[in-house]
Amino acid sequence: MTLYVLRTLAKMALTLLTIITLVFFAARLSGSPLDTFLGDGLTEEDRALMIEYFGLERSVWHQYIAYLRGILDGNFGLSFMERRPVAEIVAERIGPSLQLLGSAIALTLAVSVPLGVVAALWRDSWVGSAVMALAFTGYAVPNFVIATFMVLIFAFVLNWLPVVGNGTALHFIMPTIAMSGVLIAALTRFTRNAMLDVLGQDFMRTARAKGLPETVVILKHGLRNAGVTVLSVLGLQIAGMAAAGNVVIEAIFSWPGIGELLVSAAIIRDYPVLQFGVIAVAFAVVTINALTDIAYVIADPRIRMAKG
Amino acid sequence: MTATTHIPSRVGVFGSFWRDANAVQKAAALIGVTLVLMAVLAQAIAPYDPLQQSLISRLRPPQGFERHKPGFLLGTDELGRDVLSRSLFGLQLTLGLALAGACLGLLIGGTLGLLAGLRRGWAEDVTMAAVDLQIAVPFTLLALLILALFGTSLTVMVCVLGIAGWEQYARIVRAEVRKITELPFIEAARASGGGQRYVALTHVLPNIVSPLVVQFTLSFSNIVILESTLSFLGLGVQPPTATLGTMVGYGRDYMPTAPWLVIAPAALIVLITFSVQILGDWLRDRADVRLRVR
Repeated sequence: MTLYVLRTLAKMALTLLTIITLVFFAARLSGSPLDTFLGDGLTEEDRALMIEYFGLERSVWHQYIAYLRGILDGNFGLSFMERRPVAEIVAERIGPSLQLLGSAIALTLAVSVPLGVVAALWRDSWVGSAVMALAFTGYAVPNFVIATFMVLIFAFVLNWLPVVGNGTALHFIMPTIAMSGVLIAALTRFTRNAMLDVLGQDFMRTARAKGLPETVVILKHGLRNAGVTVLSVLGLQIAGMAAAGNVVIEAIFSWPGIGELLVSAAIIRDYPVLQFGVIAVAFAVVTINALTDIAYVIADPRIRMAKG
Repeated sequence: MTATTHIPSRVGVFGSFWRDANAVQKAAALIGVTLVLMAVLAQAIAPYDPLQQSLISRLRPPQGFERHKPGFLLGTDELGRDVLSRSLFGLQLTLGLALAGACLGLLIGGTLGLLAGLRRGWAEDVTMAAVDLQIAVPFTLLALLILALFGTSLTVMVCVLGIAGWEQYARIVRAEVRKITELPFIEAARASGGGQRYVALTHVLPNIVSPLVVQFTLSFSNIVILESTLSFLGLGVQPPTATLGTMVGYGRDYMPTAPWLVIAPAALIVLITFSVQILGDWLRDRADVRLRVR
């Protein structure tokens, strides 16, 4: 068990190191960052000053080691654009991103778990088909299309909701719904399939044979067991999808979060910000995956025994 | 799941597919074929040059609305260009890019998966480590980084779209190859003196075509969504060339006064993803392969 946890953590560290290395060298592969970022309008003195400022005069290996060392100290370099530490810029953005992510995940759970259970229970009737058709729609329509049409209808035609920023509770409605679309579609499918698996198990028949009311059988014996699978999916798959959706939705609604920061950094080629963004998100996803793995092993004695 | 197994003859494949399809699947197939025809024939059927500007007839609404300009069925955009013609060429570019990206992904992932499945050892370890790595980083972020580093040309875009899907092919091919190489006929082929490459190409590859076709279809709509999203954000193909995503992105600025700029290309994107997803699910059910869909 301890060995398994250690192995998971070691693998996680190795994955992160590889990502950091790739991201660092990819940036250097495309030439001097100063040339692509600042172009021709730079005098020799300015250039020399900038090279010194960003530590670009040493060899690539020196820079790599310095970058790694900096990361250990929590120093991820300076933004080309704002000329201040990347970590500081990102820190200001984490709050709004987490708020949006949190409300999207809350909405996703609140909608897709009941829908998934309903779709499993009434699998052969029109109710099940309708839910699955809805889930399919959420999967097939890109979230920027959902967002654009919501803005058209609720902001411009009806004038009900604000579009830009995160000032009030009303500002949360459209970004949350647009971001949840694909997540709800995915989690509804998973919940339905997990419930279908559980419904066929022997312990469900036993619970019914004991004379328990159907709601107790479904909720306590069914959903609780399906819930383990659903939660692990939420950890493993939804984390990545949410991080990606975050980028698009924040850019559309000018949400002052990490996603919006990364898109504008990509457009103006502010590499240090982008590098840190990719590393930070990879860190979050890898950590969530590792924790989910470990929690799964702890929760399920069959896997715990098998993996020692 | 059913007990009956279909062994369609070469001639009757399409016939039997069509007979078994339900109404929704038939509609999706028809829409898909229509979209492909529209894209392929864009040069012939577009009423105007998609780049032809006309500043005196900017932002005219589609036919039937007040102030419309005769001959411009879907209206004109902020530079007076014909929205219908631009949509047709945008569709062509969107489908072309997605096709090239999907093929590149299939090529990379298929080759690596085949190597990993057949060679085992370090080839397998390295491939699977790369797959894990790819899963750890949400691809939209990676795409932002690549596009910022290497600029936005058609070539870079195809590479980005190719890298987006390779790991799914690699996983599927590796799993299928491992399953197939356990079967007696592979052993027989090896025993009768078939070399590594001969066995891989003539015995293993033909047997994994059907899961690959299914995965290709399913990932195609994801690639269309990814390309449209990046173009929408302004990181895709640069103006005046436009994919459907670019058109939605630029049209957004004029949405309060000219919503038709957004509606036409967005509708085409949704039609593509819908029909392709339905076709993909249908093929998967037909092929009855257990694919893990993300």
